[in-house]
Amino acid sequence: MSASHRHDVVVIGAGIVGAACCYYLARAGLKVAVIERGAVAVGTTGAGEGNILVSDKEPGPELELAQLSVRLWRRLGDELGPDAELEPKGGLVVAAGPEERRQLDDFAAAQAAAGVEVRTVGHAGLRDLEPYLADGLAGGVLYPEDMQVQPMMAAALMLRAARDLGAELRLHEEVTAIETAAGRVAGVRTSTGGLSAGLVVNAAGTWAGELAARAGLALPVLPRRGFIVVTEPLPRMIRHKVYTADYVANVASGSAGLEISTVVEATVSGTVLIGASRERVGFDRTSSMKIVGTLAAQAVRLFPVLAGVRAIRFYRGFRPYCPDHLPVIGSDARLPGLLHACGHEGAGVGLAPATGHLIAQIVTGQTAPVSLAPFDPGRFEEPARA
Amino acid sequence: MPDQPSPRPHVDISVDGIRWSVPAGSSIAAAFVASGHPGWRQTRRRAEPRGLGCGMGVCFDCLVTVNGTRGVRACLTDVREGDVITTERGSGFAGLAI
Repeated sequence: MSASHRHDVVVIGAGIVGAACCYYLARAGLKVAVIERGAVAVGTTGAGEGNILVSDKEPGPELELAQLSVRLWRRLGDELGPDAELEPKGGLVVAAGPEERRQLDDFAAAQAAAGVEVRTVGHAGLRDLEPYLADGLAGGVLYPEDMQVQPMMAAALMLRAARDLGAELRLHEEVTAIETAAGRVAGVRTSTGGLSAGLVVNAAGTWAGELAARAGLALPVLPRRGFIVVTEPLPRMIRHKVYTADYVANVASGSAGLEISTVVEATVSGTVLIGASRERVGFDRTSSMKIVGTLAAQAVRLFPVLAGVRAIRFYRGFRPYCPDHLPVIGSDARLPGLLHACGHEGAGVGLAPATGHLIAQIVTGQTAPVSLAPFDPGRFEEPARA
Repeated sequence: MPDQPSPRPHVDISVDGIRWSVPAGSSIAAAFVASGHPGWRQTRRRAEPRGLGCGMGVCFDCLVTVNGTRGVRACLTDVREGDVITTERGSGFAGLAI
């Protein structure tokens, strides 16, 4: 880090991942600036549900990252205060029939072996956990570690805490190019000027591939569209994040077609959020009443009481996915000084603290608590021919 | 000298059991405001008054019960002769809480 720069690190993007990077970098004593072309959390983060899940992840690098993140979120709950609406409510995955239940139980057993807390729930036990759940479900698995957060509030609170530690927040300013000198990062050029820094973190969410291209680098982060339906506010009638077992298969799917699973959860404000659709249609923001209607109908099948409740709005957004469904976290060997923190698909809110923590560990030269190799930005390169 | 505009026709509605005579063609929200009641709903938690917020159906602040249908947006709904309107307290689902 050259003493000639006013900032040590420029973070691009003020979504939840950029906010977490900024927060952990500022706490590590670095001089950080965040540059965001819009407002806080208006892109990928604001279109999400606030999922903090271990339940939907099979044993492997993403689960390890999620387990680290859950530990960090627990601390963040205290650090950020009640306005973040962090709820350690637990997730309940339900299986429709005996075959699905067997698959779910196998999946949960493998997760348990990897250190995830799981509790198998029989047909009768489901009603004790969720009194309004539909009849006829075969069973389920309770994941007490799953949590929920209000992602826009959490991003804003992390940025405020970072600002209190000296970080600079620059909104409505767009990075147009990464400046280089002597083959390494020297800063960013922006719509209103520029900023010099020896390190730049790409936390541009679904637009991270576009941002990498502005540095002349390929990074395959692509949009996957998802709709969420919001009901009118209700008293607490749904306790957990409840979803059907096919959600896990859909998240991992490589299909370009529309996939819809059922995810239902109440929020602190009383609204119930209903997801989740996934489809690859580029950055097409067109509304689809067909998808919205299907989501609502599926939620009513899971919670028949919702038939008498109004949906008051829906929103859609783009989950930033990579071909191997793993995020990109770490230094880009192609351009020293450039780091990426992006490509988390639908798990960015949950994985944000672990991502920010790892970025801070890398920048300060400390050993990361999980292996970074699976998240290496260079993993998409064609192997060089001998 | 220009003609005086003819008086606008009125309709009778009932609001929380009280008969109001309001201009035909008004929205329910307009009827509340014109009758001197800018805040007719109470928020669920702090019982703060709410009335016409966005005025275009987005904010859901102006909800009333109309002829037994809960959660009607007063800003988008015109008054009709004989409407029975009741103001709302809470979410209307309190009995379903677990």
